[in-house]
Amino acid sequence: MTKSNAIFKRPDGRAFDETRPITAKVGVIKNAQGSAMFQIGDTQAIAAVYGPRNLFPKFLQNPRKGILRCFYNMMPFSGHGERIRPGGSRRSKEISMVTQNALLPVLNLDDFPNAGVDVFIEFPQTDAGSRCAGICAASMALADAGLPMKDLVAAVAVGNINGNIIVDLNYAEEAYDGQVADIPVAMLPNSGKVTLLQMDGISEREELKKALELGKKTCQKIYEVQKQALKGKYKVD
Amino acid sequence: MTTDALNVKEKDIVVPGESLAVGMGFLPSWGTYRDGDSIRASRLGLVQMDGKVIKLVPLSGAYLPRMGDVIIGLVIDVLMSGWRVDTFSPYSAVLTLAEATSEFIPKKADLTKYFDIGDVIMTKVTNVTSQNLVDVSMKGPGLRKLGPGRTLVVDPHRVPRVIGKNGSMVSMIKDHTGCNILVGQNGVVWLSGEPENEVITVQAIERICAESHISGLTEKMQRWLEQNAKHVNRSRPQEPMQ
Repeated sequence: MTKSNAIFKRPDGRAFDETRPITAKVGVIKNAQGSAMFQIGDTQAIAAVYGPRNLFPKFLQNPRKGILRCFYNMMPFSGHGERIRPGGSRRSKEISMVTQNALLPVLNLDDFPNAGVDVFIEFPQTDAGSRCAGICAASMALADAGLPMKDLVAAVAVGNINGNIIVDLNYAEEAYDGQVADIPVAMLPNSGKVTLLQMDGISEREELKKALELGKKTCQKIYEVQKQALKGKYKVD
Repeated sequence: MTTDALNVKEKDIVVPGESLAVGMGFLPSWGTYRDGDSIRASRLGLVQMDGKVIKLVPLSGAYLPRMGDVIIGLVIDVLMSGWRVDTFSPYSAVLTLAEATSEFIPKKADLTKYFDIGDVIMTKVTNVTSQNLVDVSMKGPGLRKLGPGRTLVVDPHRVPRVIGKNGSMVSMIKDHTGCNILVGQNGVVWLSGEPENEVITVQAIERICAESHISGLTEKMQRWLEQNAKHVNRSRPQEPMQ
């Protein structure tokens, strides 16, 4: 393992604890019960919530509570020039699953037995960190849909490039020629509980701890943006 | 001994997880929960205080059938001894023979003579179980099959605004457009009148829903109706009573 001693600079000149510019908007899709857009740098996620509604196929129904289904999808033109093959893939299936698991702990669907809530998350353009942007958008959309939730969910990717702890990696950093760890984290901002934690690459134990600290700090900032966006929809002018 | 503190004001908009108050001096009610010392919001809503009790008024979300609600439903299936009714909520309802009519219905009768698939009915929710199985009834004043007309679906949380205080809003629209209007608690609105007046009525209702947060909406709508429904013949045909 070689760690270069040269001073690391981020390709787009950001500080190590600086995210890309974030914008968020709620109520972007009229037909849906709840919807939200969350953009961080060049990664944009649009989430739409349909339901609670009658759930089919019927064997999925749970008589004790409603179920949540998430669908992560990158649009064909959303990548870096290479066409993304439309339809589900191994990767999108996994991300749909982790998104669902990241959102379920806050959601209370006990009042909707046998019903289902569908969350569709689409990405018109991506530049790394899409699962985190998707979770942020989806949690806002679920709140907008008026579903009972304990908390919102904020998510961000932290990383470790040659021992430098940075937040919100873009694609250039993820593909950096060196030792890279990419760690997406989702958190409940009010309790600090973690609902998603994955890691690609290698990181020392101490560095991982530092990275998580940074992730926690950033999730608080993202939470503020989410809160403002949700309140903005209903603001009386 | 902790000191009690309130973090929000009446009519503040809060998001899930937001801390509303700290301390045991406050009580959590609908839409809130206690988390250790503090009271947090469990959904998006408007804060309403009643002394020490904090509750939320929801701003969005699906309609859930409640006992006693008068709703407008759509007959979607004919069953062995009754009908299945879409309530425009996650759960459909069952209208049984006994609750459908006071007439005697012989065995093996063709039930579509009474209600057929596609019929729009004004009906009342008589029972909701813990599994959200819903029973509806046609027994009660004004509960009937609705004839030809338009239906539109609005957000169920806007229904009180569409109706107005003591029905002031809806009767104002009726007076100006000459349309018959019925509003169900589930957000379904049925209206019938002259075709061009129906269009004005639909526009008026959509306007109310879009601007429901504005205070003084009734006066604003009054002006709008006076401008847009000038040429309407105000004499409204009497509703056929059943």
